Amino acid sequence: MEFILQPWSWWFSGTMIAAIMFFLLFFGQSFGFSSNLRTICAAAGLGKSAKFFDFNWKAQTWNLVFLVGAILGGFIAREFLSTDAPVLISEATIEDLSKLGFSAPESLQPAELFGLDAVLSLKGFLVLAFGGLMVGFGSRYAGGCTSGHAISGLSDLQIPSLIAVMGFFIGGLVMTYLILPLIF
Amino acid sequence: MKFIKFLLLGIFFGIVMTKSEAVSWFRIQEMFRFQAFHMYGIIGTAVTLGVTGVALIKKFNIRDYHGNPIVFNPKDKSVARYLIGGSIFGLGWALSGACPGPMVVNIGYGYWAMAIVFFFAIVGTYFYGLIKDKLPH
Repeated sequence: MEFILQPWSWWFSGTMIAAIMFFLLFFGQSFGFSSNLRTICAAAGLGKSAKFFDFNWKAQTWNLVFLVGAILGGFIAREFLSTDAPVLISEATIEDLSKLGFSAPESLQPAELFGLDAVLSLKGFLVLAFGGLMVGFGSRYAGGCTSGHAISGLSDLQIPSLIAVMGFFIGGLVMTYLILPLIF
Repeated sequence: MKFIKFLLLGIFFGIVMTKSEAVSWFRIQEMFRFQAFHMYGIIGTAVTLGVTGVALIKKFNIRDYHGNPIVFNPKDKSVARYLIGGSIFGLGWALSGACPGPMVVNIGYGYWAMAIVFFFAIVGTYFYGLIKDKLPH
């Protein structure tokens, strides 16, 4: 039980993610989470205003079920499998983030972004909203997210996925080093 | 009940993402600052095993449990859409600390604020669908 309650090692976690991808392939599907965003738009009837969402979304029901499972998994992990201990990030990161006004981790996420005070402030709300907008827009434009490109695509040695992952890092580094210091 | 296996896999995915701490904004920041091996270890292990397994599936023509061949569809050849789209995704990933999967795992964990991020990710996808014909692909 001690092993389960502690944070899991990178090699065990990475192995389990590969296992999930292979199970999905074995079940006749593929690992790509952001497709759900398009499916949700289609299920909401948005195919009437944009052709992109006019497709047989019911064939993607398995992925929506996977999404519901992921929510349940997060709940189960917190309730039964963890101690909600602070994330053990490196001292260098704690120091860098403190310069931006973030206190050292006390749990999984920073209160400065996801706490009630932050969410109810205009700036805090806009940060979350723009973060989501860019992830949703960018993942569909690039044709996939971390699961579809970085895991599934790279496993199949697809050059487009390698380009997309390079893009993930270009955007991530620009945000981390150039934009975050302007926001916080 | 043909969906139960996907529900169980999703639950396991949520647990793995939480227990690996890959759902944490702190870990994503640490990754983009190159200050720990953790996230690279996770992705690197998954991809190394993935490349090996996909190669074996192709070499031995392994079939899925329906008996159909497992096929890998090559993605469209392009640079612009992957580089620009990927960069926009990266901006959002580093800001919110979550890609789409971890967003919903966070909601399950109890971080309700992540529901705002997820809602706007749907809006962002819709916006892409509206203007996609005007974008370079």
